Parts: sequence; structure tokens; C-alpha cells
Amino acid sequence: MNGSRAFLRNLNQERIVFIVAVLIFGAAVIGLPGFLTAANLISIVRSIAVLGILALGMSVVIIGRGIDLSMVAVMAMSVAWYLQLLGDGMPDHMALALVLGGVLVIGFINGFLVAYAEVPAIFVTLASGAFVFGYVRSQLIPSDAVAVPSGHWVELLGGVRYLGIPIEVFLFLALAGAMFVFLRFTKWGRYVYYAGDNPVAARNMGIPVRPMLVLRYVLAAVTAFLAGLLTAASLHSINTRVVNSTLLYDIVLVAVIGGIGLSGGKGGVRNVLVGAALIGIMLNAMTIIDISLLYQNLIKSTILLFAIIVDGLLNPRDEQTAQQGDI
Amino acid sequence: MKLMKTFFAAAALTAATFAALPAHAQDPGPAAYAEALKGKRILLVPMAMGFDLAQGWAAIMKREVGAFGGVFETRDPNWSVEAGAQAITEAISSDPKPDVLIVMSPDLNSYSKLMKRAQEAGIYVLLIDNPANFKADAYIGSDWTQLGRLEAEAVVAGCGADSSKQIGLVQGDQVNATSLFQYAGIMDVLAKHPDFEVVAKPDSNWDATTSRNVTTTMLQQHPDICGIIDFWDGDATGAAAAIRDAGKQDQVFLVTTGGGEKTADCDKIEDGTYGAVVMTELKQETYNMVTIIKYLLQSGQAPGTSSPYLYTLLKATTKDNLRPDSCWDLKALQADAG
Repeated sequence: MNGSRAFLRNLNQERIVFIVAVLIFGAAVIGLPGFLTAANLISIVRSIAVLGILALGMSVVIIGRGIDLSMVAVMAMSVAWYLQLLGDGMPDHMALALVLGGVLVIGFINGFLVAYAEVPAIFVTLASGAFVFGYVRSQLIPSDAVAVPSGHWVELLGGVRYLGIPIEVFLFLALAGAMFVFLRFTKWGRYVYYAGDNPVAARNMGIPVRPMLVLRYVLAAVTAFLAGLLTAASLHSINTRVVNSTLLYDIVLVAVIGGIGLSGGKGGVRNVLVGAALIGIMLNAMTIIDISLLYQNLIKSTILLFAIIVDGLLNPRDEQTAQQGDI
Repeated sequence: MKLMKTFFAAAALTAATFAALPAHAQDPGPAAYAEALKGKRILLVPMAMGFDLAQGWAAIMKREVGAFGGVFETRDPNWSVEAGAQAITEAISSDPKPDVLIVMSPDLNSYSKLMKRAQEAGIYVLLIDNPANFKADAYIGSDWTQLGRLEAEAVVAGCGADSSKQIGLVQGDQVNATSLFQYAGIMDVLAKHPDFEVVAKPDSNWDATTSRNVTTTMLQQHPDICGIIDFWDGDATGAAAAIRDAGKQDQVFLVTTGGGEKTADCDKIEDGTYGAVVMTELKQETYNMVTIIKYLLQSGQAPGTSSPYLYTLLKATTKDNLRPDSCWDLKALQADAG
């Protein structure tokens, strides 16, 4: 009796989602022949590797009480520009330096406007994402799809396997590990939580809240660039149409569903992994069952809605620190 | 006296005849042509300007419309249905109005009412590439059912009689006419080959990463698949990546469809990424538009009078019938149009 009450009390969103993921996994193992094979499990992890990497970048921003809606635009457009420069014959190191510089600048501008101009993050990044897409698409690349030059390292990267597992899986896990160490064991990582939980108090105790905020948006932009490179590595091209897709919502979905509260200060890498696992298992099972995309979106959005409601109940807004423009 | 009269009459007649026949024979054609076409405004609203077909159409149209003294403009909705509707609405209310509106519809119904309004406002409306529930002044593009049939025939041939006869489809979505009609055409042919079986038919939503993920799953669930049809070359790079990752390039025959741009289609047939591509003849398709525009503007008929279908010849191109001129080169075409 005592045990079950303790269990219910400890039933936070992360655990609910974890249990749901395990249940779906169990059902799929029993009901779907061919689900529990090494190859299929690898493909599940692989299908969410890029999404997971983006979600890692996003969650650092969200924990610090922000959001970065420009990530998908930065991911697609930076890589498209990079590949275009290569295609136009620019030396690799110059193109890479130029694009990486551009990515850093976008992250910096996002952070600066949020931290110093105090514009709500949702508007800043919505606008900067649209700007990045519009500028790169209209000025720097001539069409939606840009191919990787044949023989280039990005193309070779897509073929790298270790123990039969694609490289992006290892990169995802390595990044998750690095992010875990950063958030859990470094001083600056802990500051992210303090600033996210109560920015004013964090500032009063002497934490450099504003420079840290800028840093988080720069981190998110660099993560997006990396995710874009991995996408191009696998497909041998990048299509900027992805900016119009539901990918951005999927990133938020992974972060929020895993239990990273949108009001900031809560959650960590484990939440991203749990959220990504649920989405990966679900999408894979739905594809095996051959559910049409319309229903897949319906199921996905229902689960997101459910997660947001549970999030609202479990992580109520802190009236003392909430302010206009928070999401 | 009578003789004099006859003489003068003859002289007058001769003079009159010579006066009527000017020094150089003049063709009434150019003047009529110029009067009907000069300064006419042609507006192209594709689903987006950022892909090969739209850029190919625009490059040729720009040259051709410029040649008859017309004004050619494009709008770029960038895959947004709302932005496209906005562009058409603005065109209808703008002054001067376009004389011909060329629309690539994102689905069967979204623009039907708008296009009807455009016709009522005196604008000829041409539908291109994507069919819609609307009596346009002409539909110019592919017969998508036939296109599906050709894809199915290509995949049946590519698999061969001794294969597993298992086929996977990577559809686009469930609203776009091109996806729905392609599917119907494929099923049409497969009904005649009852031993062939469609083992999975996921949607890619026209996205390459999704196409890769669903194809990976498909190949794992059905390792014996001998052929896959992906409904667009814009996302078939994803299906190709999945096949490559699975190491099944020699086993799985990948068929797709596209506008026949060199880097998108022919290069990939040559390197074995695609087994077959059912291609639209872009140049012919665009010249069909040019011809019907020239006809309509000179016909004097009211918009909405007739609605012919001008289907472009389709052909499944494989490594065996690939020729240097099978594809067109976007860069060359754009350079040509200036």
C-alpha cells in the first residue's frame, strides 16, 4: 500500500513516458514480427539520431527558459550554403570556416536579442529562422536541393559504420554524454538550471545570466549545423524544403514529451533520450503496420497534446517568476 | 472616242491594280500576332520556384514570352498553399491584371474557386503538372495514371520473372493528385500481374529523410523486395540512401519520376542509383504552354470556353535507353535564358 502510494507520488512525466515507451515496445515485440531484430533496433536509433541531436540543442535552450525556433532553418540552410560553396569550387577549409562563422553569428544574434534587447525568444528565433531561410535561399543557393560533391568527406561520413552501426548513432550518444556532463557536473551547466528556474534570483547571486543566455543559443545553432551535416551525409544532398516540414515541432515534441518543462529549469539529457525513444519506437511501429501519414500525424499530435497537458499539471507555472513573453 | 475611253479605263484599272499591290508583298500575320500578344502579361504560380521543373519552365517561358513582347512574371509560394492562394488573389485584383495565369495546384481542390474567379475576371487559367477539380483553359502536363502504369511496368521488368515479385511503394501523400493517380496507375498494371505483390506502401510526405526511414524499415520487414517505386525524384534520394545502406543496390530496382533534369535524373540512372525514371519532356511541355498561350490570346474566346488536356509524352528511361540528350541541363538552360 505504502509502496504503491510512493510510486504514484513519484510518477512524473518522464516516468509515464518511459512506461508508455516500454509498453509500446513490448506490444511491438509481440505483435510485429521482425520488430525485435538487431537491424530494426539500429534503424530505430538511427532514425531518431538527427532528431535527438537537434532535441539536445533545443533542450539546453528550453531548460534556460527559452526556445529556439530557428534551429531547422539553421540546420538546412547552413549545410545547403556550405555544399553550394563547395560546388562553386571554394576550398573546403574556407567554405567550412565561412559557414561556421555564419552559424555562430546567427546564434549570437539570437542570444543577444533575447538577453540584452529582452525580446521574447519565441519571436526572435521565429524571425531569425525565417530570415536565415529567406536570405540563404534567395541570395546564396539557386534551388531547394543541393547535392554533396562526389567523394567529399560529408559523403564518406554517411557510409562510415562501426560494428555495423551508422556513425550518427555514435555521434548522438557522444553528444548526449557530453551534454550530460556539461549540465550535471560543470558550474556553467548548473547555472543553466538556476537561470531557467529563476532568472532574477540567479542574477542577484552573481551568475552571468545574460552572457550564458547568448552561449546557449550559440550552442543550439552549432548543434543544428552538425545535425544538418549528418543529414546531408546520409542522403548525399540536403533539401531546404525540410524547413517547411513538421521537423521543428518534432524537436519540441521530443523535448517536451520527455518531460523538459517549457517553463524552464527542469529536465536533462535523460528526458531527451526517453522522449526520442518513444517517438522512434512509435514511428517505426506505425511504419511497419503501414499506417498512413495522416493518421501518424494525428497520433503524434494527440500524444504531444497529452504530454503538454500533463506537463502543465505536473510543472505548474511559477507565478513568482513567470513573466510576459514566457512560453 | 470609244477607243480613248477604253484606253483610259484600262490605264485606270492598271494603276488601281498596282496601287493595291504594294512594292513589297506584305504578310498580315506579324501585325495581327503583335497586336494580340504584345505587352500581354503571363504569370506563373508554381508550388515553389526552387525545384528543377519550375526553373525549367520559367527559363523557357522567359525567353519565349520576351520574344513576342510580352511580360513574364513568376511568384514563389515556396510550397505554401496559403502563399500560392495569396499570389493568385493578388493577381486577380491587380492592375494591370495578368492575361494568362499558369497555376501548378498543390492538390485537387484548394485553388478551384480562386481559379474560377480568375476566369470570371477575364484571365485565361492554365493548369500545369498537377491536375485539379477545375475546368482550366488547358491542362498541360503528365497523365499521372499513365505515369504510374509506366513505373509499374518498369519495376515489373526490372524485377524480372525469377524474382521474389515483392514491390514496395513510397507514396507522396494522400491529397496530391499526382500521388493518388500514380497509385491508381500502378495498381492498374499490377492487376494484370497478379503474381506481383505490393508488400508495403508508406508515405514520404515528399521528404527525403522520411523516405529513407520508411524504406529502411520496409527493407528490414521484407528483405526479399525486388523493386521500389518512389513517387518523386525529390525524395527518392532518401529511398536510394536506404537501399545503399542496406547494401542492396544490386537486388532492389528503384523506379521514380521526375522532370528529367540531368543531375537529378540522368546522372543517377547512369551511376545505378535509379533503375528507371519516368520522365516528362520538359521542353515539349513548356512549348505546349507557349503554343496554347499564343492560341488563346489570338482566339478571342472567353476564358473557360474550352478545356483541353495536353498530355506530355512520358517515357521510362533506363540505363539501356539513356542517351546524352535524354535529360536537360538546368544550368545551361538558365544561362541560355539570361
